[in-house]
Amino acid sequence: MEIELLTPSKETTDIILEEGGDDLKSCFQCGLCTGVCPWNRVTTFSLRKLIHKAQLGVVDFEDDEVWRCVACNACVERCPRDVQMPLLMRAIRRVIMEVGAGIVPHSLRISEKNISAVGNPLGEPAEKRMDWAKDLGVKTFTKGTEMLYFPCCYQAYDPPTRKAAIATVNILKKIKADFGIPDNSVVCCGESIRKAGAESLYRKLAETNIKIFNDLGVKKILVTSPHCYHTFKDEYPEFGGNYEVIHLSQYLDQLIRGGKLKFTKPLVKKVTYHDSCCLGRYQRIYDEHRQVLTSIPGIEFEEMRDNREYSLCCGGCAGRLWMETKKGERFSELRLEQVAEVGAEILAVSCPYCMANFNDAVLTTGKSETIEIKDLSELVSEAL
Amino acid sequence: METPKIGVYVCHCGSNIAGTVDVQQVVEFAKKLDSVVVAREYKFMCSDPGQNMIKEDIKNLKLNRVVVASCSPLLHEPTFRHAVQEAGLNPYLFEMANIREQCSWTTEDHEKATEKAKALVSAAVKRVRYHQPLETKDVPVNPATLIVGGGIAGIQAALEIADAGHKVYLVEKDPSIGGHMIQFDKTFPTLDCSACILTPKMTSAGSHPNIELMTYSEVEDVSGFIGNFKVRVRKKARFVDEEKCNGCGVCMEKCPWKAPSEFDLGLGERKAIYTPFPQAVPNIPVIDKEHCVYFLRGRCRACEKFCERGAIDFEQQDKIVELEVGNIIIATGYDPFDPTPIVKYGYNRYPNVYTALEFERLCNAAGPTGGKIVLRDGSEPKSVAIIHCVGSRDENYHRYCSRVCCMYALKYSHLIKEKTEADVYQMYIDMRCFGKGYEEFYERLSKEGVKFIRGKVAEVTDRALTDEEKGKLIVCGEDTLLGTVIRVPVDMVILCIALEPRSDAKQVAQLFRISQGADGFFIERHPKLDPVATMTDGIFIAGCCQGPKDIPDTVAQASAAATRVLSLISKGKVELEATVAVIDEEKCSGCRVCNILCPYNAITFIEDKEVSRVNEALCKGCGTCVAACPSAAITHKHFTTEEIMAEIEGVLV
Repeated sequence: MEIELLTPSKETTDIILEEGGDDLKSCFQCGLCTGVCPWNRVTTFSLRKLIHKAQLGVVDFEDDEVWRCVACNACVERCPRDVQMPLLMRAIRRVIMEVGAGIVPHSLRISEKNISAVGNPLGEPAEKRMDWAKDLGVKTFTKGTEMLYFPCCYQAYDPPTRKAAIATVNILKKIKADFGIPDNSVVCCGESIRKAGAESLYRKLAETNIKIFNDLGVKKILVTSPHCYHTFKDEYPEFGGNYEVIHLSQYLDQLIRGGKLKFTKPLVKKVTYHDSCCLGRYQRIYDEHRQVLTSIPGIEFEEMRDNREYSLCCGGCAGRLWMETKKGERFSELRLEQVAEVGAEILAVSCPYCMANFNDAVLTTGKSETIEIKDLSELVSEAL
Repeated sequence: METPKIGVYVCHCGSNIAGTVDVQQVVEFAKKLDSVVVAREYKFMCSDPGQNMIKEDIKNLKLNRVVVASCSPLLHEPTFRHAVQEAGLNPYLFEMANIREQCSWTTEDHEKATEKAKALVSAAVKRVRYHQPLETKDVPVNPATLIVGGGIAGIQAALEIADAGHKVYLVEKDPSIGGHMIQFDKTFPTLDCSACILTPKMTSAGSHPNIELMTYSEVEDVSGFIGNFKVRVRKKARFVDEEKCNGCGVCMEKCPWKAPSEFDLGLGERKAIYTPFPQAVPNIPVIDKEHCVYFLRGRCRACEKFCERGAIDFEQQDKIVELEVGNIIIATGYDPFDPTPIVKYGYNRYPNVYTALEFERLCNAAGPTGGKIVLRDGSEPKSVAIIHCVGSRDENYHRYCSRVCCMYALKYSHLIKEKTEADVYQMYIDMRCFGKGYEEFYERLSKEGVKFIRGKVAEVTDRALTDEEKGKLIVCGEDTLLGTVIRVPVDMVILCIALEPRSDAKQVAQLFRISQGADGFFIERHPKLDPVATMTDGIFIAGCCQGPKDIPDTVAQASAAATRVLSLISKGKVELEATVAVIDEEKCSGCRVCNILCPYNAITFIEDKEVSRVNEALCKGCGTCVAACPSAAITHKHFTTEEIMAEIEGVLV
């Protein structure tokens, strides 16, 4: 056996620090992150060890492990030294994506190229971005419109996920909201590709969208993706985009509380809800979904074992949606077991990535007959 | 005003100042300042040769003002004032310019540092010419001492002061003294029985002619100042006459009503009339109104019927007692951290997850299980996991290390091994065994076969993945030495909970006018050189109220606090700062704004003259009244308007 000798490299550590990995200095190697990390439910992955390698500058940039973290924030929720793991992982990935050390997984490279070329990770033509709304009679946002509804790339192009955008429009029309959708010039919000390390591409995307929004005088943006929500609200201000951002779940909750949304059709189903990491642990939006779901007549709601701040990630953030995950290592499949455990017929989600992942997982686990994946907007729309 | 003749002395402080500030340049600059007769530099002004330099110049050059540019006045102002005084000048005719903490240490820019040093020296020179000779005052020290808190720290301090022949009032809020230490089973690393070494001290404290024990009592108000505090204490009604009760215990025997025992952390029961534990000092029970059926429904009085001494008194009221003391020692201890918020550790969800303090009671022969280490169902555990750092070393709860947990966790391992056949797992982040005999104890436990797993536990769960795990608590986390996540099935989990500040620490701090750190513990005057005094003269701290510590450290600190008090008592007087506020009664309009604002209640209103007057003994020279007085009738000695204006003028040169 060849003995692996390691020498600490200050230069490597410095590059990671420069790319925003400052939190590696705080880590005291307790290993809580590893114990909490969902990867260790399916394989062995020591986040702690990866941080220690970063501390010493001995990260193997060619190893797959640097692409594992899905930025679910489960470890951040409990880290005793408040290490912001997604920022640290992003820094390591920037060293690969931006500085050029190591290998970018093929599937991620393709998504990155797609986003760069046509503004969406699916590689669909930019000029067809708003085709989903063709027959819905929705107006394009113009100056003076109160609210911009911005669907995620997946909700614009991916047929099963698109249902959420259509349902959202139905709801908005029902309550006669003054809203418009963007034209085809907008691009991907960039949230995930940023977490995957492609900082310069992200900045281009952000600048493109911000220019469009600002030129149109957008003040309020309604989103149906937690990822758009996170980046519009928390990351765009740094680049000059300041908007009131509201996620559909919050919007619906407000409407219901204000008596502006009345349900007419009961939905006699057992439903459970999957907290997306980006709305939950990132934004602490937990109650709104539950209030909306339980106010729909007929729904029997039950929580899964891992819920709210301890929710199990679907496995789709930080670019993982675009990367191949082996069968048996998919969190979404584990999550469906928890859905089955409570006997829910419908798994409600509020995120296009979760939707895409669970739609795959019901097929691969043979649960498509028993479990239906629905966006919150679909359930509300059906009950109106 | 006499013609000022000022000497300026610039200190190198080794390289602390001279490494950044061009000392020679500052000296040359000072020489040219108005009224400066001499300016010199020296490597260490605070040294004997440095001080002698000043003294010689005062004598030979007839200096009448001195400026030293060196470190913070907090450190060496007393040194130089003393030197000046020895040379025959009034010590207040001295001024210190801080060119270290406020200059050389704050920048690496030599030029700017030198410029700033010059400005500070210039300000001091301008200011010092207006200094007036001031006289300090002595006040006598009341030899009685108040000690708040009857744990090991309070008991130790009380005994030391009382043995030296002085009166001590020992106030304890619980019905008995003893604190947390009396709840412990054994003490590390010697494994002495905690009660065996503490009860003799408790008994001494209870019977000492110089100690007045005030249990079931709380301090409500404190006024006054070092040497002369006035304290109001509320003695809560026990409903038992302390004079008549002989502690026979019949009342407790006969009382038909039970409540969870606070002393046993709810693991056992006590009666509605009770002493917390059999060796309680004083051995006088209290009636718990919340659980006594007579108080709840007006019937019963069983205790009264059986008490031969007629000591039960349902009509007893709280009593207010006024005390006068010269010094106060705060020894209020700590609260154990409640681990319920760390949901994943399962406390209050899984019955066999215990806190450390609960486990102490479980181990104790006088505890709820008679010292048997058993699970809730009465069976003996076959394996136990001890989880370290629960609520300590954690940004989400307490950042600090609680210092005692590693050691008591080792102690538990020993006790478990001694009393059961169980396997013991220590789930630690770092083993901190720093005290005398501690590392040796760690080694001893390693040899006793305890298993050490390095890593912060992520979760305690009852969800079994294998048959082996069924019916067990599974402790999961990364073994950081293996680099993999492991699952350890055990029967019992012990959480090593943090020591945290008392829930009422804030009120106590306000009551005694002492400060809390960011972590909530009381702050000592200096972390290294004055660890028992506080910023309020005459008030000392000891034990865990100042920060987590073990018994030896607590006792050492308590003895230190007692010694500080004793030295003040034996000196018999305290010198009061001369830099106080004075009110010009001619100018005072009697508006009383200052009366309300004074944080030390040092200003009183003289009704017949309709003016306010400062009690110099109480005044701390904070300057609040001076700034607030609408008639500019208040002067702050040593901080007069002309002194401050001159200083500003000087710094702007």
